[in-house]
Amino acid sequence: MAKIKYVEHDGTEHDVDVKPGMSVMEGAIRNNVPGIDADCGGACACATCHVYVDEAWRDKTGTPSAMEESMLDFAENVEPNSRLSCQIKVTDELDGLTVRMPESQH
Amino acid sequence: MADASTQVVILGAGHAGGSAAAFLRQYGFDGPITLVGDEPIAPYQRPPLSKAWLKGEANADDLMLKDESWYAENNCRLLLGVTGAAIDRAGKTVTLSTGETVPYDVLVIATGARARKLTIAGADLEGVLELRTAADAEKLKAAIGPGRRLAVVGGGYVGLEAAASGRALGAEVVIVERESRCLARVACEPLSTFFQDYHRQHGVVFELAAGVEAFEGERGHITGVRLTGGRVIACDAVLVGVGAMPNEEIAREAGLPCDNGVLVDLEARTSDPSIFAIGDVTHRPLPLYERTHRLESVPNALEQAKLVASAIAGRPLPAAEVPWFWSDQYDLKLQIAGLPFEADTIVVRGEPASAKFAVFHLKGELLQSVEAVNAAPEFMMGKQLIARRTPISRERLADPAVSMKEVAA
Repeated sequence: MAKIKYVEHDGTEHDVDVKPGMSVMEGAIRNNVPGIDADCGGACACATCHVYVDEAWRDKTGTPSAMEESMLDFAENVEPNSRLSCQIKVTDELDGLTVRMPESQH
Repeated sequence: MADASTQVVILGAGHAGGSAAAFLRQYGFDGPITLVGDEPIAPYQRPPLSKAWLKGEANADDLMLKDESWYAENNCRLLLGVTGAAIDRAGKTVTLSTGETVPYDVLVIATGARARKLTIAGADLEGVLELRTAADAEKLKAAIGPGRRLAVVGGGYVGLEAAASGRALGAEVVIVERESRCLARVACEPLSTFFQDYHRQHGVVFELAAGVEAFEGERGHITGVRLTGGRVIACDAVLVGVGAMPNEEIAREAGLPCDNGVLVDLEARTSDPSIFAIGDVTHRPLPLYERTHRLESVPNALEQAKLVASAIAGRPLPAAEVPWFWSDQYDLKLQIAGLPFEADTIVVRGEPASAKFAVFHLKGELLQSVEAVNAAPEFMMGKQLIARRTPISRERLADPAVSMKEVAA
């Protein structure tokens, strides 16, 4: 299990144990963490699972694919550490990861 | 706002019903919820059934909307393998197929849609399949191994996605379509042509403008699809994907107005203030287009699930969304935003031959919809432009050298 900290836009924190193999998005949805919508269920088709990856974890979470990058490019409030959480696979390596949510996914 | 004594009953535990229960809890509603589903498993995602799941890239657990434990932990009584039999609006109760009568303060009808069936000879043969549920998908998966011959009746999204997955698994696939092109009812001609070409390059055979006369079989199992004129397409299984019909009967029998779906308003409420309806079963207003429509899509189910949860929990209603859809076939990601109502002009941006292009549909200078193939910027920006309802230049739109951000500027 990897412990992931999801921080809502208002600062509310959710510490959740996520099974390796799931995506960071699935970890939030399965545990009813608000702030990540994931309308398409992880198909990289909607950009409603936008998160900001804590600086310390940017390398370990990898780089976005071309598709993810172009989806993100048109999402709201994008920052250099923005990712689509459906595209980050959870591994034991990500134990302790912190991600923050934008104000809105739509 | 509803309080902790408010009893919510949700009929239907698909994407809409399951999500409504989850949003209610997320929005702080703490009354009891009864969620009634006719399938034997907890709410799950249907889109992967014709895509990742069918190809073996996702397992059953990956599809679940919530962990099984979520329902008990959240005071949500999940009844599986159960349907609603009748609604007593005066007494505010629902009678279930088990005979149990459940009282409600708020009822949510989320009964979805069912596959349209062909009423032709042989339709009840073994091996005649449809694809709505996980159980349907299990049967289809068992039928499309290497060398197996799958016939698909209906060149819509379900048929095309199943064909792509079937080819990935080594099955031979023939698509039989009544119209002269695939996706005839749901996409424009350039897109149909592109998808037909792409599927053909991957070995799919199309029988277009072809009627189906009967399914032929031996010893109770399908052996072929007989076309009008007599020619027979031999197959080991046939997937019938010719559209869906709303499961609106229980609403209609309760006197709720229906017209190709249960009629609902902007907050997903029916004509009865205590009864909402969400998802595929609804015929809903589309404020951006000033008309009503029945949508069959996950984004629609989620939008209405949020509407009903907001209404019950006393939250402000979220803004109307642009309807959208997606489809994955081979290495293609098709994303569609909006609907081409009253569109008079088509603008193609990019080269279909490059498998990276978009088709825009305009009504005058207003963007009504965009169909984007491997073209995320066109989809994302197009969706925003549809919502914005401001005039855009079709010359700039047609020029891939002008970025989508510049088009929108």
